[in-house]
Amino acid sequence: MKILVPVKRVVDYNVKVRVKSDNSGVDIANVKMSMNPFDEIAVEEAVRLKEKGLATEVIAVSCGVAQCQETLRTAMAIGADRGILVETPADLDLQPLAVAKLLKALVDKEQPGLIILGKQAIDDDCNQTGQMLAALADLPQATFASKVEIVDGKAQVTREIDGGLETLAVSLPAVVTTDLRLNEPRYVTLPNIMKAKKKQLDTFKPEDLGVDVAPRIKTLKVAEPAKRSAGIKVPDVATLVDKLKNVAKVI
Amino acid sequence: MTSLVIAEHDNASIKGATLNTVTAAAACGGDVHVLVAGHNASAAAAAAAQIAGVAKVIHADSETLAHGLAENVAAQVLAIAGNYSHILFPATAGGKNVAPRVAAKLDVAQISDITKVDSADTFERPIYAGNAIATVQSTDATKVITVRTTGFDAAAATGGAAAVESAAAQADSGKSSFKGSEIAKNDRPELTAAKIIVSGGRALGSSEKFNEVMTPLADKLGAAIGASRAAVDAGYAANDLQVGQTGKIVAPQLYVACGISGAIQHLAGMKDSKVIVAINKDPEAPIFSVADFGLEADLFAAVPELTNAL
Repeated sequence: MKILVPVKRVVDYNVKVRVKSDNSGVDIANVKMSMNPFDEIAVEEAVRLKEKGLATEVIAVSCGVAQCQETLRTAMAIGADRGILVETPADLDLQPLAVAKLLKALVDKEQPGLIILGKQAIDDDCNQTGQMLAALADLPQATFASKVEIVDGKAQVTREIDGGLETLAVSLPAVVTTDLRLNEPRYVTLPNIMKAKKKQLDTFKPEDLGVDVAPRIKTLKVAEPAKRSAGIKVPDVATLVDKLKNVAKVI
Repeated sequence: MTSLVIAEHDNASIKGATLNTVTAAAACGGDVHVLVAGHNASAAAAAAAQIAGVAKVIHADSETLAHGLAENVAAQVLAIAGNYSHILFPATAGGKNVAPRVAAKLDVAQISDITKVDSADTFERPIYAGNAIATVQSTDATKVITVRTTGFDAAAATGGAAAVESAAAQADSGKSSFKGSEIAKNDRPELTAAKIIVSGGRALGSSEKFNEVMTPLADKLGAAIGASRAAVDAGYAANDLQVGQTGKIVAPQLYVACGISGAIQHLAGMKDSKVIVAINKDPEAPIFSVADFGLEADLFAAVPELTNAL
């Protein structure tokens, strides 16, 4: 069984982004970029399934600018066997529906038994791509996974839902999206980074896959959120209780 | 122009998130219909018909809809999607699971987590963990939307008198089945609907301490309990208590953060709370930058003292 792992290059989670002064977007020039943390968990899970002998090949895919190659190399350093870049122009606003269509084309081509990807990207916070891919490819989905087991040719997935956990069994092929508690990705070692440089990386254009990637949503404006001003420090619990009762009147 | 709201429910009753979503739907203009897809869900459908501002309730009932499987619920929505200009889901675990499936099948983009409706095709939504607010315009014929419930007031749960119409259930996808669930049972208010939330961080040190320190305070205040991602990752609190960018987004009247440093992704989940209290012994903790009242103290002394003083 092949596992396809889509990964996204995003602003590193430690960077506090700034809104551009012309309100056209956030400034990501010269900002550290990394693999979306949820996708890193997805790569780790796929590699673990391969290490357990449940998968034969792990293929990392990234859609976006040429620099996404670096993200794919990171995935290969974690243990993905090869990478596929679907390269799009730097000035294109690539949106989840278009990514899902590109991934659907690659699913048709590669015929994976499982597709594992992050539940959401930490830049646009959309939480859409996995579900959209599942719909387009007519596959079952198990989102927000905290545990994945392959049992009797099915994926048994524990999901994080409001109020607790639930377990689903989905037939394969299936789409699984990862939540934070699924695993802790390994540290990438230098020898593995060196090895990853030699792994196969193929590049396609959206036209090669016959996919229209034109955006459907126009961003009219990006603004700073309303600032919350810092309040006061109180010296002790008694003052705190007094403030809550008599100033804020919330208790 | 008519909007369809996909109800969040437990078959017996309508969940609060549905009410906020109805308000967002009304802001899009036109009539508001509500779909209740469930099993033995007549009571939930009847409750939906009572919501103020709802013109019609569509009730689809089948064992295949009992557990909200995305494949089956999406098929149910798609069967009637052609009648609607806007299809809105609450941005809950259930809504987020199903909405993109519907959007993709309709070949339209989804607008996630809206916090404001500017016009029928223009919406505001937070990006980068709430560090920026994007105003976006959809060019698609049908708008598929998830609604951040803290961005909209709840519609009145009573006062409406909508007709309830039955719809035939769609066939089971046959590809996914429900195996079981572990839902934490407690008498506390639901995290996303609570008026007061007390939230604990990594500083609590263990799940025993978390319960020992946080539970009495929550009991005293009649509050829901939340946790930071660090506390959840460390196993001190259950995953469904996580407040933050990738957990629950909350906006209670009072949020009491105990031993939470205030990472960006945590602030993203609670900074719209009306009053924020931070108790932390680190004077430099970022949580103090958003707190109305900060108490620089050891939480193991201050929180019990606060509990006793209330």
